[in-house]
Amino acid sequence: MATLQVELVAVERKIWSGEARMVIARTTEGELGVLPGHAPLLGQLAEGGVVTIRTDSGEDVVVAAHGGFLSVTDRGVSILAETAEISTEIDVERAREALRRAEDAGDDPESVDAARRAQSRLRAAGEST
Amino acid sequence: MAASLRALRRRIRSTQSTKKIFSAQELIAGARIVRAQARVEASKPYAREITRVLSALASSASLDHPLLTERQNPRRAGVLVITSDRGFAGSYNVNVLRRTEELLSLLRQEGKEPVLYVVGRKGETYYSFRDRPMEDTFTGFSEQPKYTDAQEVGRVLIDAFTAGEDDDEQGGAGSDGIVGVDELHIVFTEFRSLLSQVPVAKRMAPLEVEEVEEFDYEAEDRAAGRTGDSGVPTSYEFEPSAEGLLDALLPKYVTTRIYASMLEAAASESASRRRAMKSASDNAEELAKNLSRQANQARQAEITQEISEIVGGADALVSANAAD
Repeated sequence: MATLQVELVAVERKIWSGEARMVIARTTEGELGVLPGHAPLLGQLAEGGVVTIRTDSGEDVVVAAHGGFLSVTDRGVSILAETAEISTEIDVERAREALRRAEDAGDDPESVDAARRAQSRLRAAGEST
Repeated sequence: MAASLRALRRRIRSTQSTKKIFSAQELIAGARIVRAQARVEASKPYAREITRVLSALASSASLDHPLLTERQNPRRAGVLVITSDRGFAGSYNVNVLRRTEELLSLLRQEGKEPVLYVVGRKGETYYSFRDRPMEDTFTGFSEQPKYTDAQEVGRVLIDAFTAGEDDDEQGGAGSDGIVGVDELHIVFTEFRSLLSQVPVAKRMAPLEVEEVEEFDYEAEDRAAGRTGDSGVPTSYEFEPSAEGLLDALLPKYVTTRIYASMLEAAASESASRRRAMKSASDNAEELAKNLSRQANQARQAEITQEISEIVGGADALVSANAAD
């Protein structure tokens, strides 16, 4: 079965790379699924977005990716993010705390940004926001 | 004589304790280089990908973006200088600042007014001591910069650059009421190897997309046994439009470049601190050796003098008794 070569890189480190059957992401235009053989594409990920990578073994790797881009080429998929966290690494309590703090802080651009980041982390961890 | 011996011993003790400080600093710096190099490495995949995405975008879209277009009459040029927060790093800061001075005088010759943005406490003190105006300073992270620090710096610079777009010919602020800059330069120390760190000045905006690292995809394809159609440029679909993507990508690219420069500078800082501390502790050892030689000599001289005083005294007693 054909697979995709997926690279997920954040600014400070490489988060995940490997073979995958499918990548699900949300760009600013809408939800998007990438299967092997997808046409080349460059997309900007929606703020506070969650990226799901269905690996070769059928597991789902769920990642909270913030401020990122998605690039699909004939070589595979690369996801660029300013910050990214795999769901298993996310501390739900801390994310909730961060969300509460950001929401209390008002609506200047930075707190809105922080709130979105916290929301995407919660969503990736499978929690409701 | 006894006083000078005591003074020498005191100097030996103080030299030895400063030597301990130097060698501790040397060890810390040594450990930091390794970590800094690891971080430079860790940041490379992102830099490579973003460069690739941007080149792909550049080949498909018409590159008409304020960050890419050369201004007609550049009047003010922003210069970001990356120095360290602490001293004890040999000629590291001096070299960066000298390179900056060169760039500044070059800019002045071209009729542009340089505007300084300084990272690191050392650069800040250098310019404030000389009463030179600085537009903005950032301190407290020179040894271990985080991406958020680069973002902060990047935001300030890009804002200034965007504000400079509508400035009029006489240097007036234009419609937005803020005097911005028309060019952005960065001066930092490039980490070539443990022994060689070179201060470099680069232009960040208007931007030229720079290859971070040559990566031979064709070789990779061959290795993977794929037959390449890699000579053919891929035509991409864009979400949102290519222009929208460019708007979002370019500031991030600038920030990535600032971040990469900061990481390099941090590695260079540690490397030159280690070298400086190494030679300082060598010198301290040399000094302590010389001083203890002098101290021994003084001690010997003192003993000799005491003996000759005793002998002289005894002789005097003997001759006094004989005279009786």
